Amino acid sequence: MNRIPTMAELAAEGRQPEVLFWVGCAGSFDDRAQRVTRAFAELLQSAGVDFAILGQEESCTGDPARRAGNEFLFQMLAQQNVAVLNMYEVKKIVTACPHCFNTLKNEYPVLGGNYEVVHHTQFLLQLLKEGRLKVEGGSFKGKKITYHDSCYLGRVNGEYEAPRALLEALDADLVEMKRCRTNGLCCGAGGAQMWKEDEPGDKRINVERAEEALETGASVVASNCPFCLTMISDGVKAKDKQDEVMVYDLAELILNNGAR
Amino acid sequence: MIQPIVFIVVTITAFGLAFVQYKRIRRNVLLGQDEAIEGPSSERWRNMLLVAFGQKKMFKNWIPAIFHLFIYVAFLLTQIELIEILVDGATGHHRIFAEPLGGFYTFLISFIEILSLLAFVATIIFLARRNLLKVPRFHKPEMKGWPFKDANLILYGEILLIIGIFSMNGADMVLQSMGAEGYHQTGAFAVSSWLGPTLFGGLDAGTLMVIERFGWWLHVLVVYAFLNYLPISKHLHILLAFPNTYFARLTPRGQMKNMPEIQKEVAAMMNPEAAPSSTESQEETMPVFGASDVFHLSWRDLLAAYTCTECGRCTAECPANITGKKLSPRKIMMDVRDRMEEVSKNIDSKDPKFFPESPQTMLPNKLGYDDGKNLFDYISREEIHACTTCNACVEACPVLINPLDIILQLRRYEILVESSGPSDWLPLFNSLENSQSAWAMSTPRDAWNQ
Repeated sequence: MNRIPTMAELAAEGRQPEVLFWVGCAGSFDDRAQRVTRAFAELLQSAGVDFAILGQEESCTGDPARRAGNEFLFQMLAQQNVAVLNMYEVKKIVTACPHCFNTLKNEYPVLGGNYEVVHHTQFLLQLLKEGRLKVEGGSFKGKKITYHDSCYLGRVNGEYEAPRALLEALDADLVEMKRCRTNGLCCGAGGAQMWKEDEPGDKRINVERAEEALETGASVVASNCPFCLTMISDGVKAKDKQDEVMVYDLAELILNNGAR
Repeated sequence: MIQPIVFIVVTITAFGLAFVQYKRIRRNVLLGQDEAIEGPSSERWRNMLLVAFGQKKMFKNWIPAIFHLFIYVAFLLTQIELIEILVDGATGHHRIFAEPLGGFYTFLISFIEILSLLAFVATIIFLARRNLLKVPRFHKPEMKGWPFKDANLILYGEILLIIGIFSMNGADMVLQSMGAEGYHQTGAFAVSSWLGPTLFGGLDAGTLMVIERFGWWLHVLVVYAFLNYLPISKHLHILLAFPNTYFARLTPRGQMKNMPEIQKEVAAMMNPEAAPSSTESQEETMPVFGASDVFHLSWRDLLAAYTCTECGRCTAECPANITGKKLSPRKIMMDVRDRMEEVSKNIDSKDPKFFPESPQTMLPNKLGYDDGKNLFDYISREEIHACTTCNACVEACPVLINPLDIILQLRRYEILVESSGPSDWLPLFNSLENSQSAWAMSTPRDAWNQ
């Protein structure tokens, strides 16, 4: 991956990119999610997409604060982000995080932030359709892969097809879990649960979900969200299956398949 | 004739009592906050037709959906028959529509009979499902006691109604075949033309007339009992599913309700020069930050609570509930309704102790009502903290109820008014406030881009 320019650097040259890549906190700081960030950036670069990041001018979208109930904090973060995005006259945003995706798409317009927001799985599918990105190699051909619908891409924003179309492009053998699409079970991280201990119960939600994934007999679990990625990986680890079953983001699968 | 007089008195009493009850429900729903109805009405009508009338969301699971449809359609169509019953009852006629409608009357009643038979089968299956099969969602802790009884009671009522219809029609069929006076020929009804002779064949005309009247009165009285039972029962959904689907929010699911007061305050903080002077922004009423009681929820949430039929599809899909946490979205809706009923009873008592000079509650309401309790006496913190905001409950509800909205309002109250909430969230809030990121890190945000 080559270094990605920031919006500020491009603005200094009087340039504006085709699309802004919104990285998000997980994609920026979490070790595992950083790998997804780099994989996606590498795909964008190989497809010749003209894109930039905000770099240190990016803040949390405010999703966890708002869902925890902390509206003050949400408003502070959101208004600051809207100010930055509007300053650069951003038109189109792509992000690999469904929580950022949802907040940017559905919650910023009322605060004066109107952008075309796409999720990275949608963007990658479009690149494939346009022929800017090609899937060759076929290292996943016939391999059993199961797909986990994240709540905020699936149920909340109704996107079930783009990620599955990507798996189809990989020629993978998609096996669905018992609960999928509109009934997909949450990984347990949403609503700011990522930052707190579970309430008392019989089981962790991510373990329940990992068990469903393991039941399919798939060797790869595909995800589209950095939080799901962590939760399901931890769930698979809790079942001591981390050596047999890998959890990947779709961008990583496309990249590892040898997309050029 | 004494019958029409008795009928008119009974009818006026039943409707009068029902009117008082439904008026109370309307009053209770309007205890909530005003919320404008936004979005095109064409989309609302579409929702009502597809989801309430067409039961679109029920068909996610088609076995209960089919049986529910039998009961529902039978219920709807029986109301056509009720028009005749009302006219007959008040005027002393017998089957007043039979002659003018002719063959269509035979068809209509036959259709109702077939549906009633299907509804009977469905009712038996539902009773078995609830009491013998132990479907987990019918046996969660919140279903203990009255809710469980309530569910069975209406099914028993349904059976009574069907017994009424078939005694009435069956006896009539036999009387017609005997050429009894006053029982004009209606043509053979699909079910009672064979069920009547099978059950009542060989009885004398006098007995048959008593059976016919018994069936007729049973039908009327069960319908009037239903009407008055609905307001205290989960079965209110048969009426409220229609307004609830019509008024359901059309905003994107992922959009939490904005809080304009906080938006303005933060905007003023970030840009003090652009802020309106303090005198201009003086609000007359104190803004509501989240909800601790039914008064602070939107009237739509309160309408939803009355609409909930406690089917538990939400709870069966809730990841927290599935993994043994206390949270049950259905219980949230039931708690809101129970709290509303408590407040309603206290308001109606007009006892001055519920309207103290200086309310103790942190979020007062326009009535000045304060009984020292609120929704948190019904819903524990543990419940609202367990929610992942995954929207599974919202997706699952067949009548477009949104339990998540209520959970989030309670969370807002906890954080914004009480400054409490899970202590685990403090580092998150601190990090967001100080470094604008969800984790406090020593490396810069774009360290990965080197």
